[in-house]
Amino acid sequence: MTSTFTRRRFMGTAAATGVATLAAPSILRAAGEPIKVGTYGGFFEESFKEFIYPAFTKQTGIEVQSVAVPTGETWLVQLKNAARAGVAPADVSLMAGTPRNEGASQDVFQTLDESKLSNLKNLSDKFQDRREDGDLYGVGGVSWYITLCTNSDEIPVAPDSWNALWDSQYEGQIGLLGLASNSFLLEVTAVTHFGGTDILDTKDGIAQVFAKLSEVVPNVRLWYKDEGAFQQALQDGEIPMGQYYHDVAGLAASEGFPVVSTFPKEGGVLDSGYWIVPKDAKPVDEIHEFINFMSTPATQGILSRNLGTAPVVNRDLLDLTDEEFASVSSPGEPIIPRYDIYGEHGDWISDEWSKMIAG
Amino acid sequence: MQQGSGLTRTLALIPSSVMIGIFFLVPFVLIVLTSFSVEMDNGDYELGFSLAHFERFATWFYIERALFSAGLCALIAILSLLIAYPFTWFLTNFGPRTQTLWLIYILAQLSLSEVLIAFSWQILLSRTAGIANILVWVGLAEESFAMTPSAGAVLAALVYLAVPFSVLLLYPALSRLDKSLTEASRTLGASPLRTFFTVVIPVTRPAIISSGVTIFVLTLGAIIVPQVLGQPQHWTLSVLITDQAIFNFNMPFASALAVVLLVISGSVIFAVTKLTGAKA
Repeated sequence: MTSTFTRRRFMGTAAATGVATLAAPSILRAAGEPIKVGTYGGFFEESFKEFIYPAFTKQTGIEVQSVAVPTGETWLVQLKNAARAGVAPADVSLMAGTPRNEGASQDVFQTLDESKLSNLKNLSDKFQDRREDGDLYGVGGVSWYITLCTNSDEIPVAPDSWNALWDSQYEGQIGLLGLASNSFLLEVTAVTHFGGTDILDTKDGIAQVFAKLSEVVPNVRLWYKDEGAFQQALQDGEIPMGQYYHDVAGLAASEGFPVVSTFPKEGGVLDSGYWIVPKDAKPVDEIHEFINFMSTPATQGILSRNLGTAPVVNRDLLDLTDEEFASVSSPGEPIIPRYDIYGEHGDWISDEWSKMIAG
Repeated sequence: MQQGSGLTRTLALIPSSVMIGIFFLVPFVLIVLTSFSVEMDNGDYELGFSLAHFERFATWFYIERALFSAGLCALIAILSLLIAYPFTWFLTNFGPRTQTLWLIYILAQLSLSEVLIAFSWQILLSRTAGIANILVWVGLAEESFAMTPSAGAVLAALVYLAVPFSVLLLYPALSRLDKSLTEASRTLGASPLRTFFTVVIPVTRPAIISSGVTIFVLTLGAIIVPQVLGQPQHWTLSVLITDQAIFNFNMPFASALAVVLLVISGSVIFAVTKLTGAKA
């Protein structure tokens, strides 16, 4: 297995061994016992432990026990297995879009009590996940952008459109994420060439988008699954262009590497982790207090300054300077991933994707 | 007496059988069961009998991937034997001290993980820091170029990974080779080359075959090298299994692909033992 642990990509193996110990039966919870909060292992978890949990404990008196959770569907499967034993490996945790949709339809999460979440109003509707009957089950926690990144030594003038991926002058020079469901290139193609992601509503539409997207394949040198592998190649100029995470690219640039992250005019891809609460989590009041705390402009400001994540609360409420805001986000309309299609047509999309990238 | 020793032998077998049963048989049965599981309405899976995952495999894309994997690994087995066999043969002609030092050195190579080897080769074959720069320096190339990702890079790294195994697998047979056979061949007038091809190789054929099969099965499970050094068209079935298991979390389909991989390795082992067993 790959040994690079990054915050969005924490290998299931490590977490799977950890979950056995975490899933110890919870007896009746005494007051003052810590709540278990799950964030992506690595840089994310470290930053939360350093900047967020102490402030939360200071304000509310509730202790936090940090749990590293894997990204992707691994975590959902672990939650489901734990639910069979009637336990929750974490009381509240971050979860990405596709598994969140699936978890909701498989009834893995608790419905949240909006009356206990006074700060929910700070978040726009897109950061509130609801069931068809309007019940709230997910609240936006952190966001990050995937943008077009270039090596300024090799490409002095960074292209300002996703269209550059189709430009034959970059043949064999581009690095893209290796999965349909983490690159969101179907959404990028739909917005860039089909006027929006509505075309992805149907399988026929997705097939059309795939046909257009397959034109980028000759330009792609690397389909990466490991962030580290691409970042190295981008910094060295070995692969001078590609899609990458805006926050990490910014960190690399601040360390002096010739890396530039550009928000394309069609928008950067805005991916997010939402707080979800497993069915069997017991300290309901404390959990709501935590989610409420995370939804304040002050907490989101701390995250933006220290983790480089994009805030989930509305811009006008934040105390970030324009410069600070620009370094983590962009005022333009973002491309929002269509998590639903990976649940509905998951197998088909993954097969078509594998065929497409294999040429 | 006979009965008693039979009972002792049976008793002695129990601990190892239990270990093998628990750690090999149970996971194997679970994989087979999972590969037949049935998808429920909400996208979850439960045990049952469905051939859906095998039907999904039965498209040209996956079959082509399976054939490619088998072909690639067969090629690697042949190449690593071509390198390892002459080396091991010459090694056995040296004194015991030299042999031991070489064997320790080769054993040490096994401690390098696949990850380390893959990333080292990536640097070695890169445009900015790779051996192409030496070609420019010597004057063989105009400007530096990248040699990865490519099929050649995957092949080179996997052969590199397989050679130490081949040497260690061939060494016992070659070092135990009865010297009187080669001496007889030489006194009867055969050249060293002819002796090598008509005496040494035929005598050690079982070792050649068993190490070839071992290398084949070993490299069939490689997942890092094809991903780091190859393009998607060089990814093996094992890479697709990882994709399904870790990234798409489709355990049933991953298990079905794993069963296919097991069937491929199983039939290769069976065919080879059958063919060579008949001749030996």
